[in-house]
Formats: sequence, structure tokens, C-alpha cells
Amino acid sequence: MNAKMAAMLERPVKHQSFEGVGLRRKATNWMATVLVSLSVLVALVPLVWVLYSVVTKGYQALTSAEWFTNSQSGMTAFEAGGGAYHAIVGTVLQALVCAVISIPIGVMVAVYLVEYGGGTRLGKITTFMVDILTGVPSIVAALFIYALWVATLGFQRTGFAVSLSLVLLMIPVIVRSTEEMLRIVPMDLREASYALGIPKWKTIVRIVIPTALSGIVTGIMLSLARVMGETAPLLVLVGYAQAMNFDMFGGFMGSLPGMMYDQIGAGAGANVIPTDRMWGAALTLVLLIALLNIAARVGAKIFAPKKV
Amino acid sequence: MTVTTPNPADAGSGEALAAPFPAPTPVPLDPLKGSKVRPGDRIFRLLAEGSGVLIVALIAAIGVFLLWRAVPALARNKENFFTFGGNWVTTDTSAMHFGILDLLQVTVFVSVFALLIAMPVALGIAIFQTQYAPRRLAGPLAYVVDLLAAVPSIVYGVWGLYVLAPVLKPFALWLNENLGWLFLFKTGNASVAGGGTVFTAGIVLAVMILPIITAVSREVFVQTPRGQIEAALALGATRWEVVRTTVLPFGLSGYISGAMLGLGRALGETIALLIILRGTQTEFSWTLFDGGYTFASKIAATASEFNDQFKAGAYIAAGLVLFILTFVVNSAARAVVAGRGAK
Repeated sequence: MNAKMAAMLERPVKHQSFEGVGLRRKATNWMATVLVSLSVLVALVPLVWVLYSVVTKGYQALTSAEWFTNSQSGMTAFEAGGGAYHAIVGTVLQALVCAVISIPIGVMVAVYLVEYGGGTRLGKITTFMVDILTGVPSIVAALFIYALWVATLGFQRTGFAVSLSLVLLMIPVIVRSTEEMLRIVPMDLREASYALGIPKWKTIVRIVIPTALSGIVTGIMLSLARVMGETAPLLVLVGYAQAMNFDMFGGFMGSLPGMMYDQIGAGAGANVIPTDRMWGAALTLVLLIALLNIAARVGAKIFAPKKV
Repeated sequence: MTVTTPNPADAGSGEALAAPFPAPTPVPLDPLKGSKVRPGDRIFRLLAEGSGVLIVALIAAIGVFLLWRAVPALARNKENFFTFGGNWVTTDTSAMHFGILDLLQVTVFVSVFALLIAMPVALGIAIFQTQYAPRRLAGPLAYVVDLLAAVPSIVYGVWGLYVLAPVLKPFALWLNENLGWLFLFKTGNASVAGGGTVFTAGIVLAVMILPIITAVSREVFVQTPRGQIEAALALGATRWEVVRTTVLPFGLSGYISGAMLGLGRALGETIALLIILRGTQTEFSWTLFDGGYTFASKIAATASEFNDQFKAGAYIAAGLVLFILTFVVNSAARAVVAGRGAK
């Protein structure tokens, strides 16, 4: 116990309770309340402000009929028009490929940590490494994929390379959330299953994971939202293309963060056309992420274990 | 830990009685002992274990590959990698000039500045959420603060440069004019009015690391023993005194660990800083009105020009330093929380 508190607790109760709350203590308490409440306000201001800026500056671009159907192919910074179709497709494709790789690995790591290796040496090292992976900056993940995929294995810079680096960022988030969900599955369910002679793996696949599914799905959606906005890997691992490209394994690829960065280079802030495009792409990205957040909530409801 | 402290787990130690009721230890789940192991079980276990090993291997691979790719470039570096702070010249790959001194200074300076802004605010929010807010409000509030983390960093970057910087301009100019005698506020190598300074970047970065510091602190603050809080209240402590005497001493390690995780996040932040900080050729001079590059933004700014292994290697070397830096900070954060249990 803290020494100061121990000293306070050892004082006779009488002494404290009979001395009324003095002005000084009252004032300190009041000050603290004000400061603490103020800090909440301070945190809310940027959130509201950022969202407000993105919406008010970006909605104009989105109202154009071409925004969701056309690419920026052939467009210049001095000619209004074109859309963000190529960028939306690129972002969604990269995120999906990343998810396809990350989800099985992430879920299996969590299964290992909860069901098999919890207390073992390997389990502890794995937990530590997941924590470290959580803290790996996206630019380092991108450089690693560059060193491995492009420099060593000799592949081109493509959308797929971006997906690979996003995998590094997505796995730890999935592991953490899945682990948490698997841990709250009651032990009784597992024991009941074993008592019926069901093998352990089948118990995990048919009993444990379905019970925790709603939480797992929520975690996956949120991690997906997290990697969608990553920009650093795009700069290192793929060039920005203004035109459509559905090919993950060849050529440059558009993406919403890539489009924003491209428009900054094209003179956003000074020239009105790239400015509009940049905020439009920002709003589209934020909407996409909001959509995933909502989907996470809906998904949690759909996959929740049925009450009998 | 001193030897005299009784271990609660030991029989006869008085604390064992006072310890919270232990969670029921799970029945060892090895129902197959004695019977033959089914192939499905073996395969599934192998898959799970393999995934765990993969994660460990991945971290090792990051270190190894970055080092491997950095060494050839480092061998051709004509400067001292750690003490050279000038411009990077990587066009002539037989005699390159690069070093991390300037990058390290800018990275640490902007991260620490952001941390100093974010820490008190995060502390306030965490205290409010756990001690002041009514239960009905606490949940949604936590969700809203977490939303701050959901906004992509590039959006923060453009917001910082195009929206926040113009608003901060009069304030920055005032600081520069009136407090310019202090090294922090003297005119640096970027235009004060332009906003592409450490000042703007640090404030944006503070917003970005706020959610993680808050979340970690909140998690620990909630665990403050109910008994301690009630005891303090019974002694007539005001609400603030309750926080000061019970919550803060109890949650300090969590708060520090959260701050370090925030620092780790700040050190590695790329795109927001790349957008906001004005690139510059002149040396960093420890003022808030400097521009410059951090490790991450330097790498990202030049990434599209990686065309041979030596040129890329120079930047990969910088990335390796960043990786080690974040590794150390994150491990330390973990150690702080782990140390709490041993106290």
C-alpha cells in the first residue's frame, strides 16, 4: 500500500470526520472536477472537428454522379470530373486479400494461446511477440515486405505486396480480440463436449468458436477498418494509378489514401480541383470505415449465440 | 522484490486468506490421455502451434531481413551512421552519405512534445470515465474516445495541415514573437505562419495517441480495489482525494505503460507527419517551429525512388533503427505492467 495512504488511514477516524470539509479542500475538489471534465471536452473537440471538416469539405465531390462509377483515368489537376471508383476498388481489394490471409492465422494463434499453449514457454513468447507486433510501425512492416518480397524474392511492387504488409498489422489486432472472446467461453461447455467423447479439435471448431463468433467477427471488422486507412505501405510497395486496375499481381493500383496523397502532390490546398478530390476521397474513406464499424455491430447481433 | 515479502501463494502466509477468492482452476483438459490420439487432433494442434511459431518467426524475420538488407548500404556509407545529421546523398551508390542523427532528433522531439500534450488529457479522461461519469455515460464515452483511433492517420494529416494549422497560426506567431528568446519558440527552419512545423505536427500527433493512453489507463484504473475507495470515502475524503489517494497510486504503472505505448505509436507515425512537416535541407535546431523528417516520414518520402539495393538499403537501415526503437519502448511498456503484479 502506498505510504501516504497508509499514513492517512492510520490517523484516528474522529480527527477526519469531525473536521468539516474546509474551503481549501472544497476548492481543490471543485478544480479537479472541472479539469477532469474539461479534458473530456478537449478530446471530443478534435474528433468532432475532424469529422465536420471531412464531411463539409468532401460531400461536394461525392454528390457528383461520376464519383462512384468513374476512375480518374485521363484526368488532370486542372480539369474537374472523374471519380474514385478505382480507389475504392483498390482499397477494398487490398483489404480483402489481407483479411483472407490474416483471419485464419490470427484466429489460429488465438486458439493456440487459449486452448493449447497458454502457460507454456512458446505460449508466453508468442504472447510477447503479438504485443511487439502490435507496436510495429506500418512503415517498418512495409519496409520488411519490401526487403523480403521485392528486394529478395524479386517480385514487382503490386497491390498484393501491400496486402502482405497489412497482414502484419492486422494479425495482432485479430489475435487480441479473438483471444479475449475465446477466454470468456465457459469451461463447462468444453467439458460437456469432452464428456460426450467429442475430440478436442472438434470441440474447438464446433463449440468454442461458434460461441465466441459474434465477438470474433466484431474484432475482425474493426481490424479491417484499421488497416484500410494505412498509407505508409502504399507509398513503399505500390505506385498510385489513376486508372482502373483489378489485378493484385500486376501494375500500380489506386486506393483511397493513395488518391488523397496524390492530390496533395497535385496541389491540394491551393488548387480547388485537387482539393475537392482529396476531401472527397477522405470522406469516402471515412464512410467506408464507418460502414465497417456499423457492420461490426450488426455482425455481433447476427452471430450472437442463440438463446434457447 | 525483497525476500522478506511473503508470497501469498505460500501456505501459512497471512495474505493468502485476504487474497480474493481464486478463480477455479480449469480441469486439465487432456481427455485423450491413455487413449490413442486422433489424427484430427494432431493436425489441428499442429496448425495452432504452427501459427504461434509463425508470429515469433515473423518478428525475428523483420529484424533479420532489415539488417541483411541494410548491411551492404552501411558498408558503402562514407559517414558515421549514428552521428551524421546532414543531407542524405544516395545517388552515387559507391560513396553514399547518410546518417540518422537529424531523423532521431526530430522523431524524439515531436513524439515527446505530443506525449506531453496527450498525457494530462488522457489522465483526465481516464479518471472521468472510471470515477466521475455515471455508468450510463461511461460506455458511450469510451466508444467515442476509441473512435479517435479509427480515423485514418492520413485524414489527421490533411486536417492538421489544411484545417488546424491556419487556426493555430495566430497562436504560433504570438508564441514566436513573445517567447522567441526561449529555444523552443525561436524561429526555425520552417515558416511559422505556414504551419508545417513540429508545433502543428505534435498537436495532431497528440490527438492520435490519446486513445491508446486513455484505453490502457482506463483498464487499470477500473481495477482499483473497491474497498480502498470506500475506505477513503468513509474517512471523509472528497472525490478528488479519493482519486489522489487510491486510484492514482494504484493505477500509476498502467498510466505510465499506456504513455509508453503512446510514445511507441508516435515514434512510428508516418503519413500524418509526412504531410504536415515541411521537408527541409537545414539542420534541426530544437525549436517547435522547425520542419524536417522523422524516420518514418523520411522513408515514406523517398520510397518511390527505391530502385537499387544500396539506395533502398540506406533507408532500410533507418527503418531498422526505428524498429529497434519501438521494440524497446513497447517491451518497456509491457515490463512496467508486468512488474505491477510482482510488487
